[in-house]
This record gives sequence, C-alpha cells and structure tokens, in this order.
Amino acid sequence: MNDVAHDEHRRQLLREMLRIRRFEEKSAELYTQEKIRGFMHLYVGEEAVAVGTLQALDADDAVVSTYREHGHALVRGIPARAVMAEMYGRQEGCSRGRGGSMHIFDAATRFCGGNAIVGGGLPLAVGLALADKLQGRARVSACLFGDGAVAEGEFHESLNLAALWKLPVLFLCENNFYAMGTALARAQSQPDLHLKAASYALGAEVVDGMDVLAVEAATRRAAQAVRGGGGPYFLELRTYRFSAHSMFDAQLYRDKAEVEDWRRRDPIVLFERQLRAAGVLDDATLARMEAEIAAEIAAAVAFAEAGSWEPVEDLTRFVYSEGPAP
Amino acid sequence: MAEITLVEAVNLALARALADDERVLVFGEDVGHNGGVFRATLGLQARFGERRVRDTPLNEALIAGIAIGLAAQGLRPVAEIQFSGFIYPTVDQLVNHAGRLRNRTRGRLSCPMVIRAPNGGGIHAPEHHSESPEAIFAHTPGLRVVVPSSPARAYGLLLAAIRDPDPVVFLEPARLYRAVKEEVADDGEAAPLDVCYVLREGRDVTLVGWGAMVRECLAAAEALAAQGVSAEVIDVATLKPLDIASILDSVAKTGRCVIVQEAPLAVGVGAEIAAQLAEHGLLNLLAPVRRVAGYDTVMPLFRLEHAFLPDAARIAATVRELLEYA
Ligand SMILES: Cc1ncc(C[n+]2csc(CCOP(=O)(O)OP(=O)(O)O)c2C)c(N)n1
Ligand SMILES: [Mg+2]
Repeated sequence: MNDVAHDEHRRQLLREMLRIRRFEEKSAELYTQEKIRGFMHLYVGEEAVAVGTLQALDADDAVVSTYREHGHALVRGIPARAVMAEMYGRQEGCSRGRGGSMHIFDAATRFCGGNAIVGGGLPLAVGLALADKLQGRARVSACLFGDGAVAEGEFHESLNLAALWKLPVLFLCENNFYAMGTALARAQSQPDLHLKAASYALGAEVVDGMDVLAVEAATRRAAQAVRGGGGPYFLELRTYRFSAHSMFDAQLYRDKAEVEDWRRRDPIVLFERQLRAAGVLDDATLARMEAEIAAEIAAAVAFAEAGSWEPVEDLTRFVYSEGPAP
Repeated sequence: MAEITLVEAVNLALARALADDERVLVFGEDVGHNGGVFRATLGLQARFGERRVRDTPLNEALIAGIAIGLAAQGLRPVAEIQFSGFIYPTVDQLVNHAGRLRNRTRGRLSCPMVIRAPNGGGIHAPEHHSESPEAIFAHTPGLRVVVPSSPARAYGLLLAAIRDPDPVVFLEPARLYRAVKEEVADDGEAAPLDVCYVLREGRDVTLVGWGAMVRECLAAAEALAAQGVSAEVIDVATLKPLDIASILDSVAKTGRCVIVQEAPLAVGVGAEIAAQLAEHGLLNLLAPVRRVAGYDTVMPLFRLEHAFLPDAARIAATVRELLEYA
C-alpha cells in the first residue's frame, strides 16, 4: 500500500469505528422510545475489534457472530438501514423482522447470524469450514464469541475438532472481561484465554483489542495462515464494553473507576489522536465524516420507520419448506 | 402479611429453604453477586454466603450435571437457568441421568434436585428468551414438572419442589414475575405437588391452564360470566405427574373443556390432557375438547407476540363455539 492509500485506509478504519459508535448511540435512544424492544446489547467500547478483524477478511469469507452484533453486521457490509429495520422488527429488515437485534442474518455477505445462545455459533463455524474444506474452497469461516463462551462445552468441542481436522476457522474471542455480571477471573481456571486455546494445538495469540491497527494486522496474518491450509487460528482480543451488558443492567458487578480507566483507552479517541499526530486527520475531515455518518443513520431510521409489519397471516410461515424457491 | 410479586415469592421461598435446611444449595449463572437476571436470588449470597449461593461460569449442561451429583450425595441443589431457551443443554443430563437415577439403582440413589427457569413469553423478546419447553420434560419419566401461576403458589410449590425426593423442573412464568402482587405468608408451608387447583367453580365449561395462562383463563371466565356462562378454572400446577382425576371430575360436571397452553400446539401437555379426557371422560362430554395454544412456529419478535400468545378473548370465543353443540 502506498502512503496515500495507507492514509486513506486508516481514515476508513476510524470512520467505521465511528459509524458503529453513532449507530449504537442511536439504538439506545430508540430503545428508550420503545421503537426497539426486547433485549439489546451495545458494542460501545469494542469497536476496534469488529473493525480490525472483519475488514481484514475477504468478501466470500463467512462471519458467525453473537447477540452483540450490530457493529459486526455494519462492518461486514450489511446496509445500516437493513440492520435498523431488523431491530425495529420490520419486514424490510435483513431477517425480515423476525430476528431483531440478536439475530441479524444476511446471506449476501455470508453473515451467518447473530446468535443469542452463548457459544452457539462455534459449532456452526466449524461446519461451514468443513464444507469449504470438503469442497476445495480456500475460504475462512470467522467466528466471533465472548469470553463467556469459553466456559461452554461447545467451545471446547469446536476447537478440538477444528484443530484435529485442520479446518479453516478463525476463532475471534472478544474478551471484554465480563460475561454479564461475572468477571472473567471468577469464571475461568485459566483467564489467559489464548493459553487455554493453545492447548488444543492451534495457533493462538493475544491482541490489544483497543488498538485497531494491531487487531487488523493480527487478523490478516491469522486469516492468511488459515486460508493457506494451516488449520484454525485463535485470537484473544482484549477489549472492554463501556455500556451496560444489555438495556437492563444496573452494573453492580464492576466499579465506576474501572470503567473510567478503560474509557481512557477508548479505541476511537486513541486512534483519532494517533491520526491527527500523524497529520492524516484534521477537524474538517472529521466533521465531514461525522456528517456523513449522521446522514446514513438518519436515513436508516427513516427507512425503518417507513417499513411494514409482517402480516399476522404469515405467523406460521417459514417453519417448513414452502416448495421450490420461486 | 406482605403483598409481594411472584419473583419476590420465589426469592422468599429460596431464602426460607436455605434457612431451614443446611443441605440446600443455590447456584447458577449470575445468581450470587448479581442476584440473578430477574433478581430471583437477590440478597441470598450476602445472607447465606458464597459456599451455599454460588455463581457458576456459563455451562448449562454442567449446572444440571453437578446438581445430580450433589443430590445423589444427599444435598438439595436448586439451580437456576437464566432463560427457558438456554435450558436445552440440560436436557441431556436431566433426561439421561436425573430422571433415571432412582430407577436405574432400584431406589438406592435418588435425585432430589430442582432446576428453576423463567418460562414463556410476554416480555417482548423473541425465540430463546420466550419459549415454553415444558413438554420436553413432561415427556421424560422420572422428572416432575411444576409451573406456578401466582406469588402464593410460587412460594408454596417451590418449597414443595425443594423438599421433594425426586428431580423437579420448576418453570416460572417470566411475564408474571412482576405483573401482580399477592399476600404471601412466609410460613414455610409447602403447597401440595401432583394436584390441580380449582381456582373458580363453574357449571358450563372447564378451563384448564397453567402458568401465565391461568390469568387468561380467569379473565375469560370473568368475561363469560358477564354473558351468563359459568366457567370453572383449573390451575394444573404440576404438569407431570398429572392429576387427571381433578380434571375428569370437573368435566363430568361441566361437560365441556378448553385446555389453554402457551407452548406450540402439537404434542404439548394439552394433548396429553385431551387424550386422557378422550380415554376416560368421553361419555361426559357435550362437545369436543378444544385446545387454545401457541402456534407451531418459533416465538416471534414483539410485533407478532400478541398474535402468538393465547389470550382471554381467544379462550372465550372457543367456549362460545363449544356452547353451540349442546
Ligand atoms: C447458553 C446461554 N446461556 C446464558 C445466556 C445468557 N447470557 C446472555 S449474554 C451472557 C454473557 C455472555 O458473555 P460473553 O460471552 O463474555 O459476551 P459479552 O456479553 O461479554 O459480549 C449470558 C450469560 C445465553 N444467552 N446463552
Ligand atoms: Mg464478555
């Protein structure tokens, strides 16, 4: 990459992180207005993980995600309006209004789901990767999951088989140090999760998940190794969620001071500072970025507002095949 | 006597059981420090200590499995699963082991354990957060399945479940957690298991329900009374073993029966009740037995939730159809 392209790329990384942040802020507002209901989990603070990892993948790779997946979906290229409409429960949403915030799916970008079952995505990713291997395609199946998932049996079964059969899975562990109200150290015999993963005999590293460039570089290396037939790879991305676990969370389990400490490592603030110091970002550029993002989100909300509800008659459709696709 | 909610009644019963019986242990995900996602275990760890009220990592199969081990050693484990949709990994342990321990050892070992979980919809979240899987457990020999319908019933039935010598799956209607308050005496009195409760006497039709559906049955009975139709309302409470005698007695009197079940229609507990009515009560029937139930589909997002869930209007309309027969 030449310097100009490199600068542009870095601005793009910042822009994507900002996009997620502003999208999440808007979602929180819409939730209090009861436009979005049920359970919703925000990604504020963790943006460098989604942007660094998913930007480093190819368009035909697969992404298996979690219930904290709005940011993953946006970076993967699902239009913001399709994501927002989904959260509203509108038919125009990417899951036709049936998935909501926790089950965002998109076949076009091979986004194989938000998943409300902690750890539920890992076996799916292993299966996708096995299919690629059997069919001779050099694609990566990237699987995002939280530190909490590492305690589930599915995690262990998945890493073992992926390593044993040398399957092209990229395991991306978003370690934000909490599973709901349970701190990592209270849930794991080995809180250095990459060490636990390494015992399954696959490549495993820990990465500063607040540094988007570090995340991107590590993901590129790991994805290349996976794509080249080297078997699965595991990245432990250390990050922190600034927001509550979900919209119902009094956060009794952590100190305000701890949150404040991590906020000083806000991945967006840090990266913005870095870009300014390098002379590749100025006020005008940032203002333009913010304006474009605001316009995109406003359009997404307008699209969701204007969307339609699934007719009641369709309540029991799509349980079984309705015959050959039209 | 204090007026309390259903979730407070659960908390009260747990506290009473912990205080009365050293063998009682409470554990699950976030039940200790955080007091549970729905706050059912609030304050218990502070009061009874970390030895008896424990947070586990995210591992539902293991939660059920260790409960079996503890129970086999004579302890009285009461484990929580955060939402009904996360209970499926426990099915392996409950079906393959908990329900069989007594039978397999010809009574030498028993399994006095309780798995509690919120159950059912009405809280605007889709799929896993709103499901009613009671039939899976009711189908399994050796398991008791109990569903309370009010604060007082929750208190009494939970105490009975904890004292019961066999494994109990205790499913708490999530939408009733804070919906109503009722006077509950903290007298340590268990309510009998394995019996139905007749909540309202009537002459023309028997409405049979459990959990959140009991309230809908009562509301339907009220509406029908205004039209001169007298409905008897039965709260099944223990779904397995089923007290079919009480239902048969009632239907012998009324000649009509509507079974109300929130879970999808096919192969539900309602089907068992209907089959037994056909086998043992056919000659008393003036009209076909009818089920008002959820549909055979996945629990939808909030917008269609009301269409999925049976309500008083659907129940009353079904009763009016039955009155056409005789
Ligand atoms: C199998 C299962 N058990 C419990 C839950 C309830 N739950 C939802 S999120 C969560 C915490 C998960 O923590 P982690 O994997 O670290 O992800 P994070 O929320 O931190 O992004 C829990 C316990 C669930 N969704 N699925
Ligand atoms: Mg976490």
